[in-house]
Amino acid sequence: MGFTWFWLVAIMLVCYVVLDGFDLGVGILHVFLPQSEEERQLMMRSIGPVWDGNEVWLLAGGGTLYFAFPLLYASAFSGFYLALMIVLWLLIMRGAAIELRMKIDAGVWRQFFDGVFFIASALLAVFYGAALANVIRGVPLQADGYFFLPLWTDWRVGAHPGILDWYTVIGGVVALVALALHGALYLAVKTEGDLQQRARALGRRLWLAVLLLTFLSLPASIIARPDTLANYRIYPLTFGVPLVVFLALLGMRFFSRVSDDRKAFACSCLYLAVMLVGAAIALYPRLLPSTTDATYDITIDKALSGPHTIHVGLIWWSFGMLCALTYFVIVYRMFRGKVSLGGGGYEH
Amino acid sequence: MDALLLHRLHFAFTITFHYLFPQLTMGLALLIVALKTIAIRRNDERYNQAARFWAKIFAVNFLLGVVTGIPMEFEFGTNWSQFARVTGGVIGQPLAMEGVFSFFLESAFLGLFLFGEKRLSARAHWASAFLVFVGSWISGFFIIVTNAWMQHPVAYRVLPNGGYEVTSFWELLMNPWALREYAHNMSGAVITGSFVMCSVGALYLLENRFSEHGKIFLRVGVIAGVISCITQIFPTGDAQGKYMAKQQPATVAAMEGLFNSKTGAPIVLIGQPDEVTQHIDNPIAVNDILSFLIYGTVKAEVTGLDKIPRDQWPSPMPLLFYAYHIMAGLGTYFAAIMTIAAFLLWRGKLFDTHWVLWALLLSFPFPYIANTAGWLTAEIGRQPWIVYGLIRVPEGYSKYVSSGNALFTLLGFMGMYTILSILFVVLVYRIIDHGPAVAEAPSILTNAAVKVG
Ligand code: HDD
Ligand code: HEM
Ligand code: HEM
Repeated sequence: MGFTWFWLVAIMLVCYVVLDGFDLGVGILHVFLPQSEEERQLMMRSIGPVWDGNEVWLLAGGGTLYFAFPLLYASAFSGFYLALMIVLWLLIMRGAAIELRMKIDAGVWRQFFDGVFFIASALLAVFYGAALANVIRGVPLQADGYFFLPLWTDWRVGAHPGILDWYTVIGGVVALVALALHGALYLAVKTEGDLQQRARALGRRLWLAVLLLTFLSLPASIIARPDTLANYRIYPLTFGVPLVVFLALLGMRFFSRVSDDRKAFACSCLYLAVMLVGAAIALYPRLLPSTTDATYDITIDKALSGPHTIHVGLIWWSFGMLCALTYFVIVYRMFRGKVSLGGGGYEH
Repeated sequence: MDALLLHRLHFAFTITFHYLFPQLTMGLALLIVALKTIAIRRNDERYNQAARFWAKIFAVNFLLGVVTGIPMEFEFGTNWSQFARVTGGVIGQPLAMEGVFSFFLESAFLGLFLFGEKRLSARAHWASAFLVFVGSWISGFFIIVTNAWMQHPVAYRVLPNGGYEVTSFWELLMNPWALREYAHNMSGAVITGSFVMCSVGALYLLENRFSEHGKIFLRVGVIAGVISCITQIFPTGDAQGKYMAKQQPATVAAMEGLFNSKTGAPIVLIGQPDEVTQHIDNPIAVNDILSFLIYGTVKAEVTGLDKIPRDQWPSPMPLLFYAYHIMAGLGTYFAAIMTIAAFLLWRGKLFDTHWVLWALLLSFPFPYIANTAGWLTAEIGRQPWIVYGLIRVPEGYSKYVSSGNALFTLLGFMGMYTILSILFVVLVYRIIDHGPAVAEAPSILTNAAVKVG
């Protein structure tokens, strides 16, 4: 059961990163890519009807984490207190910017929200990457299962780590660039003409950066956490995961070359998913490793809710997810195709 | 400052602000379905215009509900980690179900409802409005189940590691406290929706603009208002009070300001409780009524605070007393004004009776106050327990989050929410000022479309 819930929560978070990832990516590109008000509107519209639903994966994933592994929820959220609160503020700013920008047709109003949209999206990507890196590096857990990390200390991975140190900053940069690429590939799918050409061109440049950073992140992880590869050595089949990462990267390159935007975007989704799965494999069966003492690690067994809770949970969860997937299919089918301006009905 | 106090203020501030928006969401969702239903039934385009107008306000309000709701989902872990850790196996469940069953539903169909009118048939568009309504009401249910378990824990057992887990999922959802709380709370949300709708309608009539639509708003708002204002008091408010008297006698004693147990206990309408002398200053009280309201007979004895150990008094007790009296006092006013308005509507005189229109115009803040006061009653009444009778509040908070950190983020939220409030007021003002007629002819720039397919 612990195994099942570990992967169910992981899948929900993967869905969140892949789906909200392109919303964030569009936000990161929002000040670079478009060259006119029209193009800015197109970019906003490409995510307009879906971003809220995408964000729900975070809420539903957080809720599921809460009841399946209450100890992890309690320990991690209070331990990363300040970072998490900043993430919440950024989510507020991002949502407000998307929805409010179009409401008033005045230059200053729109420019203000353009800026907010960019800053919030970019910082969110950095914080998400840093969060993942924190979990891989581990935190100074105490015997009672809690810890508290300040935002930064001496930027070193040592006895007194902060939420940000050199390693987690690398994690943040990887996420920033990878999500920017994800956004560019998404825009190539959703737009036409000039904007699409520029999205593709930027995608090609970002791709190179993602490739380099991906290769850099592996040795960095091994320095920050020497036993990163332990599980991989025990189950050699799992080395397939880095292989898929590599293939996904190649696929992105190949399909953007031949201007098959949908497949390139699909490869980017795959890339993000397997990167996260790779991290999950490295962690298993831990949920949050300790840097102080391995017996303080928060493991699946320690954190799992009572037997009745998780059995009943599986029943309603499966049913609910089936419903949710149905809605997603309906909504994405309704809004499929290229976005454009003009016409009626976008009451917003 | 004391860390515990700051964590409580943190939670209280963010949840109180959050709930300002969902109450209108849930109330309006119902009223929009009503407008769309009438539009289809009578084939009357004005009702569609009215629905479109309210959908715009709904969208802004929904956004504020979403962005202020996200922090709530995480605050159990950030500020109440010890509470979250022990009770996650129980209340994590309804919280997760809220996300899985209602937020997905709401967000998906709100997208279709707002963006899809031109592409959907009239019936399909009605269905998307209906599903948004269902989603928001399911959301309310799960969150109430969460809260009700804290008020009245049922269907749980304690595991060897000290954590709680559910023993019966069904019993958790059908917690008798939750059913009463839900009925009362949802009725309160409809009150907010109807007063807001009436207020805009009255504004248009008094200003002589958009009068046709103003009359529609008043008709729908007054009918929904009179029903919900009555159900708010009876049966739902009455049922809450009676059940609480059984389950949380300390709370009832404190909110009624009853320091001494009494047969034929009086109801205090106004007064200022003094915890030290255990006495109500300047009371206006009516004998026997409280006994009658709770037990149906004036002879019954009502437990007073004298029977409750001092460390189990809800605190701050005077605030609890005022919150309860504000809620109940406003409830009486709501029932009165809506009954008058409904009577005039029936006699065909409402649209010309200016003093009633003025009263409706100015009343829109009161349901917000009443709903907030009601929640203060519930949440302060629960003190000093975070889970009634099981876990005390000081055992629940995040010990490792210092008061400096808690104050920092509390101030941050205050700043953030101040800006959001200003933006909200500006945008809603603009929508109301443009009026429903604008909804017929969207200008290309502000209301242009996604062309899809
Ligand atoms: C428009 C708002 C409104 C109005 C007019 C009233 N209430 Fe209320 N009341 C609420 C809105 C509300 C609420 C905000 O919705 C609460 C908070 C928790 C809940 O379930 O509903 C609440 C809670 C609440 C509680 C506490 C329940 C708990 O601790 O869980 C009691 C005893 C009452 N109400 C009783 C009444 C009575 C006797 C009223 C008669 C006039 C009344 N309410 C009017
Ligand atoms: C179902 C939803 C809710 C849950 C699960 C919930 C839970 C909590 C928790 C965990 C606390 C902190 C512990 C404590 O001080 O007792 C709290 C306090 C509080 N909540 Fe709620 N709450 C809910 C709804 C609301 C709403 C809607 C409001 C107001 C509009 C509200 C108002 C407050 C207040 C004022 C406090 C502070 C009480 C005090 O410090 O004395 N709550 N609530
Ligand atoms: C502590 C308690 C609460 C938590 C954790 C919470 C959580 C949330 C979250 C995360 C959202 C955003 C949903 C989205 O993205 O679509 C939200 C919105 C909403 N909440 Fe709350 N909430 C709380 C209290 C309440 C209460 C007391 C009610 C009413 C009974 C309520 C009703 C709603 C509704 C109807 C929405 C959707 C509509 C809107 O956003 O305006 N919530 N809530």
